[in-house]
Amino acid sequence: MAEPKIKYDRQLRIWGEQGQAALEKASICLLNCGPTGSETLKNLVLGGVGSITVIDGSKVDAGDLGNNFMVDESSVGQSKAKCVCAFLQELNDAVKAKFIEEYPESLIETNPSFFSQFTLVVATQLGEDSMLKLDRICREANVMLIFARSYGLTGFVRISVKEHTVVESKPDHFLDDLRLNNPWPELRRFAESIDLDVQDTVAHKHTPYVVILVKMADKWAKSHGGSLPSTREEKKEFKDLLKASMVAADEDNYREAIEASFKVFAPRGISSDLQQILNDNRAEVDSNSSDFWVMVAALKEFIANEGSGEAPLEGSIPDMTSSTELYVNLQNIFQAKAEADCLVIEQRVRYILKKIGKDPNSISKTTVKSFCRNARKLRVCRYRSIEDEFNSPILPELQKYLTDEDYSVAVGFYILLRAVDRFAANYNSFPGQFHGGMDEDISRLKTTAVGLLSDLGCNGSTLTEDLINEMCRFGASQLHAVAAFIGGIASQEVIKLITRQFVPMSGTFIFNGIDHKSQLLCL
Amino acid sequence: MADTEAQPSRSRDLDKLLLRPGNLVGANFDPGEELRDDLAKSAKVLVVGAGGLGCELLKDLALSGFQNLEVIDMDRIEVTNLNRQFLFRFEDVGKPKAEVAAKRVMERVSGVNIKPHYGRIEDKEIDFYSDFIIIALGLDSIEARSYINAVACSFLEYDCDDNAREETIKPMVDGGTEGFKGHARVILPGVTPCFECTIWLFPPQVKFPLCTLAETPRTAAHCIEYAHLIKWDEVHSGKAFDPDDPEHMKWVYNEAVKRAELFGIPGVTYSLTQGVVKNIIPAIASTNAIISAACALETLKLASGCSKTLSNYLTYNGAEGLHTKVTEFVRDKDCLVCGPGVLIELETSITLQKFIGLLEEHPKLLLSKASVTHQGNNLYMQAPPVLEEMTRSNLSLPLFDLMGKTTKTTLHVTGTTSKNDKKTSVLRKLRVVFKGVDGVTDMDTAGGA
Ligand SMILES: [Zn+2]
Repeated sequence: MAEPKIKYDRQLRIWGEQGQAALEKASICLLNCGPTGSETLKNLVLGGVGSITVIDGSKVDAGDLGNNFMVDESSVGQSKAKCVCAFLQELNDAVKAKFIEEYPESLIETNPSFFSQFTLVVATQLGEDSMLKLDRICREANVMLIFARSYGLTGFVRISVKEHTVVESKPDHFLDDLRLNNPWPELRRFAESIDLDVQDTVAHKHTPYVVILVKMADKWAKSHGGSLPSTREEKKEFKDLLKASMVAADEDNYREAIEASFKVFAPRGISSDLQQILNDNRAEVDSNSSDFWVMVAALKEFIANEGSGEAPLEGSIPDMTSSTELYVNLQNIFQAKAEADCLVIEQRVRYILKKIGKDPNSISKTTVKSFCRNARKLRVCRYRSIEDEFNSPILPELQKYLTDEDYSVAVGFYILLRAVDRFAANYNSFPGQFHGGMDEDISRLKTTAVGLLSDLGCNGSTLTEDLINEMCRFGASQLHAVAAFIGGIASQEVIKLITRQFVPMSGTFIFNGIDHKSQLLCL
Repeated sequence: MADTEAQPSRSRDLDKLLLRPGNLVGANFDPGEELRDDLAKSAKVLVVGAGGLGCELLKDLALSGFQNLEVIDMDRIEVTNLNRQFLFRFEDVGKPKAEVAAKRVMERVSGVNIKPHYGRIEDKEIDFYSDFIIIALGLDSIEARSYINAVACSFLEYDCDDNAREETIKPMVDGGTEGFKGHARVILPGVTPCFECTIWLFPPQVKFPLCTLAETPRTAAHCIEYAHLIKWDEVHSGKAFDPDDPEHMKWVYNEAVKRAELFGIPGVTYSLTQGVVKNIIPAIASTNAIISAACALETLKLASGCSKTLSNYLTYNGAEGLHTKVTEFVRDKDCLVCGPGVLIELETSITLQKFIGLLEEHPKLLLSKASVTHQGNNLYMQAPPVLEEMTRSNLSLPLFDLMGKTTKTTLHVTGTTSKNDKKTSVLRKLRVVFKGVDGVTDMDTAGGA
């Protein structure tokens, strides 16, 4: 059946067949299906996740009709989990949808092993106490976890995973891997085989800039004791030499060469980001190591040996002005080198696997190939546990946020979102949740927030009256548009985590629905 | 906990925002039940586009206290919409988007009335758009945005100090997405930059030079565009290529494969062929949800004043981590669209026909095939034929007489202009002043020139 493929066409163009396969294998658990949770799942069901399990113990009431699209008048009085689940199923029959009518808080309390069956848990609208417990459970069971909450015109999204490694990080702007500052023998020989002094003007303007730059860099190095341009004057001189080599004003290839000459000046070797990954303790592998770290170990050896300080070649080249023949030849030279590098890494991977007592063929050739192609773009994301963040936030960061004008509203909301849970624990309702008593709630919330700040080690810090007022005005409401925004962000992050493509957010995203100056806080 | 509100109402959550006073709110915020009821009963919002953003917008607005919505879209539902346009099901494929979207939202949210319009935005009378307090845009084309922007700006009037008159401001909320990225913005014509003021944010798509396609193809896309733009015309003399005809697409694909083999170029696939030929922009549910939610929230805030508004451009990028940024763009004081209008000085004797010819030559306008309206009166209409016939006799009359001998007035003209080698329909506002008539001095015309 070709139909599902057509249906997913617009997203396959983003995360490909592999990303889609990962989504279709994933099982997602949703805790609480108010608008925030329902909207999160809606986006995932449309994209075709494997299965969803909706957990909510409440019944639909009239208030829910005003902010949740997944319930309607016929749902009033019925299980919210059941109604939401039924609507979600209607969106995509390829998804296995089920529900459990139970309060998440009690499930967390009584049946912690329940969560180990899932790929990922989306926990919405949970209080601090349940968040702490669930985080412990999911970390123990190696289940990915995302918290999301909307509250009036604010809310947050927080990923909690011990470690998330990404091969296909797909950055937007990343310098291509042309090795113009360090060409390997075959590339150099290819460049040498082309004569730029030909009288043929058509050939001259169809020589790719890669060839022009390799030759010019070579010439430069010969007259500069083997080194490449490094000072501002030298760089200018190098560009002037390129300009002087043009035989006509309309030579796009030379224009491209001048624009790309910074690639000749770039330092050789790997980036500090990649170096940091190579230096990670996890790169010392044993039988418990994941495939990712086994491949990092092989990469480390490659860079120290065959690579002479460079990562394996990526193998692709951007489009550039060129004759078809030279371009295709150049492409073949890059591809051959990439394949050779990959083969060396593959051998090292097999050897390491054997050494640590694993099946040497347990990592496929395709996986190694993709790893090599993306070696310069590897990413490792780690998230502090909720317990660590709540009990001992990174104090210098917190103090910086509290005094930085750009962060003041976001950090204010962060403190208040935690303060309302303390408030609720003390007074059995959220500030401003019910009609009347607003002034008392405002002063109580203020006291609670100041107490929280001092518990966090920020004695003397205060929040603005305006923000405390607003928080009480919100009265724990869930506005549909805010929930759709927060749920949208949460589902986006779920997709990145499950497909293992792109880079998930770091820290806690605090939504500022007043003027949209939202922030990520790394505490 | 004296009052536990045993019987929650549908507006339980929204009431917190609409009934309670606040400190971080809009200047004219007047909280109370009246505000909530006004929003429900008399605030009419138009959603332009019923695609990825439009479906979300309709749902979000229907659940944000608005009960009178209209939606306009010229497209029919396709299978590739189903991964994000959540109001559509497989059995809806082929039906008009606006109609199905309106029906689905009304089925689920009681009390909401949504009027669908299946058709082109250019085919509606300008007056149609004046009826809405806010226009929310869920579009994927620059041309369509430009058009609606010009329409909304055409309602704008300036006072004698060249300040926008508040009651004539037609706010727009605009969203756009591509993959994991998107933007949401608030446009208050005359106050914040209009779409045209910041048109540089949308650079035109770069096309491959024809000589590359014909002589030195290097990539799979070059082979595809050769088949699509050159070979097709060579083989099918006169027959237009239809990107929605699968036979046509397959032909282009096969030709592209042949050419790629000839030159030793890898990578031509059917999916890439479709992507290149139709310029497909990848789209997913989550980004559409995020951007639409931001737009709907701003619509609610603009209509009610219940909080501050976005000032004025939000970008979201979720590809590498998560980045949101608010930028306060400034107006282009010389903007032809949201400014006070191009000033034209005329002799009282000039005929409507001559005037239309003048618009074609005017360096700031270059407007051909113009239709002219004055305060809702059609002076001359190029189409439809019935109207053309009815207004044709005006062509030989003096414009001054046609406009009731007002010496200084505002005209609206629509027509086509060329932009990046592409003909687009535009709407322009003109300030017309007649020379040598009592009451007009040099002082009057100097200000806005
Ligand atoms: Zn403008």
